[in-house]
Amino acid sequence: MTPLALSAYTLTTCLGRGLAATREALRAERSALAPCAFETVRLDTWVGEVAGVDDQRLPEALSRYDCRNNRLTLMGLETDGFGDRVREASARYGADRVGVFLGTSTAGILQTELAYRRRDPATGALPDDFHYRTTHNAFSLAEFTRDHFGLTGMAMAISTACSSSAKVFAAAARQLALGTIDAAIVGGVDTLCLTTLYGFASLQLTSKNPCRPYDAARDGISIGEGAAFALLERSATPVAGTVMLLGVGESSDAYHMSSPHPEGLGARMAMEAALRSANLGPADIDYINLHGTATPANDAAEGKAVAALFGDRVPGNSTKGATGHTLGAAGAIEALVCAMALTDGRLPGSPGTGALDPSIPIHYQLQGEDRSLRHALSNSFGFGGSNCSLILGVAA
Amino acid sequence: MNSTPMTAFITGIGLIAPGLPDWATAAAVLRGELPHTQAPTVLPVPELLPPAERRRASRVIKLSLGVGLEAVKQAGADAATLATVFAASGADGHNCHALCEQLAGEDRQISPTRFHNSVHNAAAGHWGIATRAMAPCQVIGAYDASFGAGLLDALAQVAVDGQPVLLIAYDSEYPEPLHAKRDTPDCGGVALLLSPRAEGALGTLTVAPTSEVAESMPDASLEALRTSIPALRALPLLRRVACGEAGDAVLDYLAPMQLRVDWRPC
Repeated sequence: MTPLALSAYTLTTCLGRGLAATREALRAERSALAPCAFETVRLDTWVGEVAGVDDQRLPEALSRYDCRNNRLTLMGLETDGFGDRVREASARYGADRVGVFLGTSTAGILQTELAYRRRDPATGALPDDFHYRTTHNAFSLAEFTRDHFGLTGMAMAISTACSSSAKVFAAAARQLALGTIDAAIVGGVDTLCLTTLYGFASLQLTSKNPCRPYDAARDGISIGEGAAFALLERSATPVAGTVMLLGVGESSDAYHMSSPHPEGLGARMAMEAALRSANLGPADIDYINLHGTATPANDAAEGKAVAALFGDRVPGNSTKGATGHTLGAAGAIEALVCAMALTDGRLPGSPGTGALDPSIPIHYQLQGEDRSLRHALSNSFGFGGSNCSLILGVAA
Repeated sequence: MNSTPMTAFITGIGLIAPGLPDWATAAAVLRGELPHTQAPTVLPVPELLPPAERRRASRVIKLSLGVGLEAVKQAGADAATLATVFAASGADGHNCHALCEQLAGEDRQISPTRFHNSVHNAAAGHWGIATRAMAPCQVIGAYDASFGAGLLDALAQVAVDGQPVLLIAYDSEYPEPLHAKRDTPDCGGVALLLSPRAEGALGTLTVAPTSEVAESMPDASLEALRTSIPALRALPLLRRVACGEAGDAVLDYLAPMQLRVDWRPC
């Protein structure tokens, strides 16, 4: 593909709001996971909850969108000056030439979960103040973002579980390549809800401890929440230091709804496709942000795929021990972790991981390290066997 | 930068909707040869799924497999090789209701199968399991604009990757009490096998943005389907295809942006 510039980007997770707070936490190799005290949830698990989400107010004119997921969406959009860069792009190109491509797994389903506790005792009806379209529906965050910026062009949500906000880069890159748009807001937002907390617990995929990616004793995920956004644009002559999207690769496991292909076949195909798309070889990759959920099956399968392609040469790790698994937001969050690693010349560490699993023969980077990087690869894999790998670099 | 036209050949079509059990019937209705009779949607048995999966397959899985395989069969294509784009306003509404009902009660220990089937890409995941397709699979949601959003990504994949792409747009109903908030009446889906190559094609589709008003269906019963099931926003295009009639159809997407679809039969 023709490289695209990430001309602005921002992320908000339990590590903090914005790039500076995230950078500081990653440098300190801090985890922000804490025992779950979310809503009325009674589960012995740890979560990565973002502080202050419910203090975020939506503008009166957009109050129909009000729910935890859109509060975090707005909080994220108006951080690091990102919203101003979108408004400038809209003014420069036209409101119909800035597309919206956002990933989520559950959007504002928490709003529906809460509404089901307030059903009319006689009729069973949901309360009048519950708005399905603008909160629960998968499109709600994309439509909210479009309306917030007064955009009038293309918009879509992508919902492939935990690969959602990696796959938005692929969809936006295609439209930018064809010239149907001049800029794209890409990203993802997912927030804590009962469906995912109780759901992953039902599959026995949540850990009772802070998650330990690639550790021999790893025993499940810690669910997080977050919002991450980038503004993608074509750029024939990018300013030196600009983070560039160089390649995207997508594949399907065609194997099982909630277990990865045991040999990591789909994962390997996605990484190979990303390398082809970037016109790079395995030797050109300097860091891999692994999907690394810390379930026994994911890390084993991904490890096999990474070892098959990269051997033990390329340092890689998972930052989910710091942020938790932010599900549909993870792809975009971890792409931006790669962007920071590239611009800062520093590999992040892997909070939570202690004794590495000796059966996974890859170069797992336990601690942060200053190192000059040319290209970074980010993996995201989801339920339904949905795989996506992204390759980022920096303009010379 | 000038836009590259978004264009592709259609080599296969699938359709299942209330009173329209397959594309052949739908085409006859769209040509005016048969009346449209309102009847509950009939969903095919998903023969390709392993027996255990087949027994518990949800309505959206039966629907999406049904329309997708009909389009593939018509084109004589191999489903295992095809990239796919799934487009739907929502996931499995009945499953969602059951989860929300249980999570509102005392016993929140939901079923693991219910949970993994709650994802928006559950139908897409089952398509992969059924067809063994390991190609890229995109899963899009855009509420009432879902068909248009899916069409835009599918056409972009055809243009950028130079490969055929199977678009499967489908929607299903919620039970009460969610039905009162989202009143999709029944299952309905459309599949289009889009190809960069003319071989075996029914015609060529070219899409451009417009702010014109979307075309409605002359028949009131079909118009009700068009407006109540997001995937069936495709009906004005399908009417031209069925009639072998060249020309423009404006499809409803995301106001103020609509899609002008030019159809040229082969």
